[in-house]
Amino acid sequence: MEETKKEQTTTHKIGIYLWIWGLLFVLSFCSYMVDWFQFQGLFRWSLILTFMFLKAGLIMAFFMHLFWERYALVNVLLWPMTAIACFVFLMVAEFKYTLFTRLFYFVVGG
Amino acid sequence: MSDPKIEGYEFKPGFKGLTQDVGSDQTMFKGVHWGKAMMWIFLLSDTFIFSCFLISYMKGRGSTPVEWPNPSEVFALHVGGVAVPLLLIAIMTFVLITSSGTMALAVKYGYEKNRKLCGWLLLATALGGLTFVGMQAFEWSKLIHEGVRPWGNPFGAPQFGSFFFMITGFHGTHVSIGVIFLSIYAYKTFAGHYDTGKRGWFTTIKGDYVEIEILGLYWHFVDLVWVFIFAFFYLW
Repeated sequence: MEETKKEQTTTHKIGIYLWIWGLLFVLSFCSYMVDWFQFQGLFRWSLILTFMFLKAGLIMAFFMHLFWERYALVNVLLWPMTAIACFVFLMVAEFKYTLFTRLFYFVVGG
Repeated sequence: MSDPKIEGYEFKPGFKGLTQDVGSDQTMFKGVHWGKAMMWIFLLSDTFIFSCFLISYMKGRGSTPVEWPNPSEVFALHVGGVAVPLLLIAIMTFVLITSSGTMALAVKYGYEKNRKLCGWLLLATALGGLTFVGMQAFEWSKLIHEGVRPWGNPFGAPQFGSFFFMITGFHGTHVSIGVIFLSIYAYKTFAGHYDTGKRGWFTTIKGDYVEIEILGLYWHFVDLVWVFIFAFFYLW
């Protein structure tokens, strides 16, 4: 009985993989269309980010099996991403400041 | 996908399982193959490396007062005299996603002990990776021919070249390493090493189809990184 239980947990139906595969194709096509139609500004960036995170989430959850993984493992993997988010926010502040000083001294002079 | 069976230990799902796993004074990721846990830890460190590349690219691009080259035009291909924006990059993206799908199926059929199908799917994945690297080599030589260098280019901000070669080069290296290992594992699958439990070259661990899943994690990660590079470097 334990053997059958083991079999159930190690493979999934082929349908779920094909669905995710198809979705990834559709999302990639959508993100290509963002460039094709030359959307600009905030609309472009939000579309790019939306499709990117959807694709990344699908790959991690189903292709990399994180959806079925032990909670302890999932938490160890995903919490460090907050450190990356913090780093991004720090560097956004940094590049704005660098740009400001460059423009300021190019215009006003040293 | 982990094998939830340890002698005399009852698994609990969700947060209860998390606290139990961490607080049980034993191995932490219960029922997870050690190789898989180690691959995940490696991928986590690799995530930080690629994040640092992409964040430095963000800072470089954000802090330059010079116009950034328009990737839509720089990476355009001329088909019959008409410039199609990002065509090669789009094809590369689709090739990589296709190979990611065949890899996921290879893992599934490996666990189902379908040796031949698993091997063919691994070969198809390796072929997809090889195609990707080939197209990247084409893209690199095209840009180098047009005068893009790590220290300057004819399109705009000089930082463009250094970030482009660094980020795509590092990713291409990952794909190449993946192709090498996919070929080795395809051979091992066809030879039946995972059915008979034959020991590997550098290890005394018995062969098992879980190794295909571990390789699959690496390959999907390569695809995952490309998703971010595609979004931030080519589309942004």
